[in-house]
Amino acid sequence: MSQSAPTREVARRVFATEFNDAGYTFTESDDERAPVYALLPTGESSNRVFFVGTLTEKEDVGEDSEYWRGRIVDPTGTFFVYAGQYQPEAASKLRDLEPPAYVAVVGKPRTYETDDGTVRVSVRPESITEVDAATRDRWVAETARRTVERVAAFDDEGNEYARMAREEYDFDPQTYKAAALSALEDLDESGDELAGDGSADDDAALGDAPDGTDPAGAPEP
Amino acid sequence: MSELRQEAKAIAEQFSDHTDVDPDDVEERLTTLVDEYRVPLDEASRSVTNSYLEDAGMERDELGRGGSEEVLVNDIDEDEQWVDLRVKLVDLWEPRSDSISQVGLLGDESGTIKFVAFETSDLPELDEGQAYELSNVVTDEYEGSYSVKLNRTTGITEIDEEIEVGDNADTVEGALVDIQSGSGLIKRCPEADCTRVLQNGRCSEHGQVEGEFDLRIKGVLDDGETVTEVIFDREATEELTGMTLEAAKDMAMDALDTTVVAEEMGEDVLGRYYRVTGPTFGRYVLVDEMEDPGTVDVESALIEARSI
Repeated sequence: MSQSAPTREVARRVFATEFNDAGYTFTESDDERAPVYALLPTGESSNRVFFVGTLTEKEDVGEDSEYWRGRIVDPTGTFFVYAGQYQPEAASKLRDLEPPAYVAVVGKPRTYETDDGTVRVSVRPESITEVDAATRDRWVAETARRTVERVAAFDDEGNEYARMAREEYDFDPQTYKAAALSALEDLDESGDELAGDGSADDDAALGDAPDGTDPAGAPEP
Repeated sequence: MSELRQEAKAIAEQFSDHTDVDPDDVEERLTTLVDEYRVPLDEASRSVTNSYLEDAGMERDELGRGGSEEVLVNDIDEDEQWVDLRVKLVDLWEPRSDSISQVGLLGDESGTIKFVAFETSDLPELDEGQAYELSNVVTDEYEGSYSVKLNRTTGITEIDEEIEVGDNADTVEGALVDIQSGSGLIKRCPEADCTRVLQNGRCSEHGQVEGEFDLRIKGVLDDGETVTEVIFDREATEELTGMTLEAAKDMAMDALDTTVVAEEMGEDVLGRYYRVTGPTFGRYVLVDEMEDPGTVDVESALIEARSI
């Protein structure tokens, strides 16, 4: 432990609409094992994310072995998670869960390019657990705050990831702020709700998520 | 930040209560002395400080109160801050270098912190058990642990006061994002005063032993900005998971496998938010108290988010 201890990567809080735009990845060193970061369009690096949403669908899209895809919906869009034989616990969790259900996911961003050249961003889960509505609400409030904070710091001098985002993307960070605030406003109006009351499905329809019906475009496990 | 820059900022800081000194200007003067004239840094900073003193018509001992504020040792969370402390000298250690005159532990009601005093600073020796007011010490950070450095501008005043030393209790809040290995149902070495956790039935000190079952969770709380490693001992683990040691043993017995316990616990606690309080031990917070942060106050969250 006398060497500098490897520090654990923080799990960023990011809504689906921003996460799905984070198609640019980079490493901070030339080391083969250097961690890969997805660049959040609000100007932050992300090697891990934590999110809570409603699992609306799950499907085994594997050919030779089980490979589970879950659609997890937040107030702004849909996260896609993929778990196969190398994520046995997450895969068996997806197999067992009955949608709709609130789930909390810790995982790593993964990107893959489809045949037509679009980059899709998905999550390789480290853990998936079923949680309650209070946990979901707390996550929405927390993620709204973190998002707004990132947008507020976007024009700060020396914000290198914001500079990178300006170079790599053509997205206006203000749209993510607006999405974050409206997620919070919806929460304020809706009050407590139960999993599966249908509102999540409406949200899914509003989101600009990919249709997610192309197992051929699935990332390597 | 370069050493020169750091020293320049420190010098400028010392004058901040008295006169306006520009750190860039100080740095330039230091650079001339150090790089061109090969003057050692401490001599260079002495001479630069003196020239500013002369310009301002000040005496050396008027310096040094500038910018620092009294803090509790456990609140120190930033590198290179000038602070004042009211502390008791808890422990003195053997200096491992000739350049160090004293090294040890200072404490106040919030906890303890390591301190270092250097030979070059020419400070009076501190006595164990004595309480002091220390003005103008500088904070330092190494791998997330903080310490303070005394320096030649540090003011040392003995005070006649009993200071109760605290246990560095910290409160952290976040989502529990990971349960690390060595969690769940574990076995500890039964030897007197040895509580090491066994690996495959072996204690790293006492070899093969008949272990004693225990429960614990080594977890990670993450608030999206920082991660904190936390340890729940048996009592805290039972409270957190609702699973007693007996129930855990039964579960492991049925499965013929102890790892099912940590997996089962993970189902109940991963992805949930917790607020925990307890003393810090190295990089861990040992959980004394925990609470579920409960329902979020959406209205105030909204007001806050709009105000950012």
